[in-house]
Amino acid sequence: METNHVVKIENLSVSYHGTEALQNISFSVLPKQLIGIIGPNGAGKSTLIKAIMGLIDKDEGDIKLFNDSMEKAYKKIAYVPQHNDIDLDFPVLVEDVVMMGRYPHLPWWGRPRTKDYQTVEACLKKVGMLSFRKKQIGALSGGQRQRVFLARALAQEAHLFFLDEPFAAIDVTSEKIIIDILRRLKEESKTIFVVHHDLSKAETYFDSLILLNKKLVKYGKSHEVFNIEKLQEAYEDNVAILSDKNKFVAVSG
Amino acid sequence: MENITFFLNALRSYQYLQNAMIAGVLVGIICGVMGCFIILRGMALMGDAISHAVLPGVVIAYMLGFSFFIGAVISGVITALGIGYISQNTKIKDDTAIGIMFTAAFALGIVLITSLRGTDVHLWHILFGNVLAVSRQDLWITFIIGAIVLSCIALFYKQFLLSSFDPIMAQAIGMPTKLIHYFLMLLLSLVTVAALSTVGIVLVVAMLITPGATAFLLTERLPTMLIISAAVGVVSSVLGVYYSFIYDVATGGSIVLVASILFGITFLFAPKQGLLMNWLRKKKILKYL
Repeated sequence: METNHVVKIENLSVSYHGTEALQNISFSVLPKQLIGIIGPNGAGKSTLIKAIMGLIDKDEGDIKLFNDSMEKAYKKIAYVPQHNDIDLDFPVLVEDVVMMGRYPHLPWWGRPRTKDYQTVEACLKKVGMLSFRKKQIGALSGGQRQRVFLARALAQEAHLFFLDEPFAAIDVTSEKIIIDILRRLKEESKTIFVVHHDLSKAETYFDSLILLNKKLVKYGKSHEVFNIEKLQEAYEDNVAILSDKNKFVAVSG
Repeated sequence: MENITFFLNALRSYQYLQNAMIAGVLVGIICGVMGCFIILRGMALMGDAISHAVLPGVVIAYMLGFSFFIGAVISGVITALGIGYISQNTKIKDDTAIGIMFTAAFALGIVLITSLRGTDVHLWHILFGNVLAVSRQDLWITFIIGAIVLSCIALFYKQFLLSSFDPIMAQAIGMPTKLIHYFLMLLLSLVTVAALSTVGIVLVVAMLITPGATAFLLTERLPTMLIISAAVGVVSSVLGVYYSFIYDVATGGSIVLVASILFGITFLFAPKQGLLMNWLRKKKILKYL
């Protein structure tokens, strides 16, 4: 019998206008994991999750989600965009944004029903944003907005989550709320991929890490990946590592 | 006051003026609603392009004797596809591709129309509208287009909203974002045909984006924006027809001028985004009021 991989990638290569962004990546992921994707700027972290979701064309390779082709997994995937990908002046309220998470479950012509409104409310409550439901999306702080987009992903009732730098430029409270929710999702057997920039917290936040620099440098349990040699290999000279015998701190440029 | 009574009497007695009024109101609604999506997707230039690109289709339809509808849609969609093809397959950017394609289509239209000597197709009327010559049949066409466009927007509201706000998520949940784009271009070509007789090809873009932009400054929700935008479109049309009748000036031009003035007033005095309120906030005068 086939093992039940949530994501299985073989020999994935992606290029933008002739420059290679990802080269020959292979790995597979079992369910119930919180996985961080780390690597230097331009390592192809966002490209990797976009390729897995089928948003960009691949040059080569094979991607299977839930042992099936990508097209059949649409309803099981939720995505939280990078914060600067969003038009803050767009006339939508917080609750309208979270309702978008219900769209995959509605028929293409259908309007939201009572149950959908209840789900939206419950998800806003989970991220502590219920009292902001009538605010326009641009009126929120970066962290609050990130929580709203997480609520939208929760409303999708997905099995596989992709978050693109959710912790970039947000407040401490929001960061804590988000990481708690991600851990709870994992306990509910979901699989979560997080593109992550801040090396100082990478090891404590994630069970597994994907260390990337166009090629896959290392994928495995956090403590296996997060060591000086591997980090230096991926970041080349752009990482400062302060270490003594057992502990070390890595800071990327 | 005298002018208004005079106008109302004329409206009661002249069929052509009634037709002009109805056409203006319909076009105000259709363009207002459609325009909201155009500006939210950052496609004002595209709106201008597609409306101009409709010209050769309209002329060819006239020459071969089939419906304006079909001609306009075909040339509008071909231009949109051409723009997409150029910007995706070369390093030429979107706005340049738009500039190349729509002027080419427009030029073709002008050449074709000037080759039709001695006919009753008037370049001037297509370009700038001739609302006082709207026939019953024109009204029907406008009405049908309005019904098609508004029901498509009602039916695909979710798709249009999500693909405008967050195209990446739209794609990630399997929405055909490219198809949605070209479908909107198709609707845009239809809207241009509807507005042909009222404001004409050259000024359609104003009816699309000026009411939408006015509404954008006044609200924080898309459904409200659609309603305000349609209302601004209707008010502009009604006042525009009125002034053009009273002062005997071009109708398309006066409709668009009214819309522009409404935008100007909103720009200055809108309660949240207006220039005046921003200035008061900056000077901290509001606190003392």
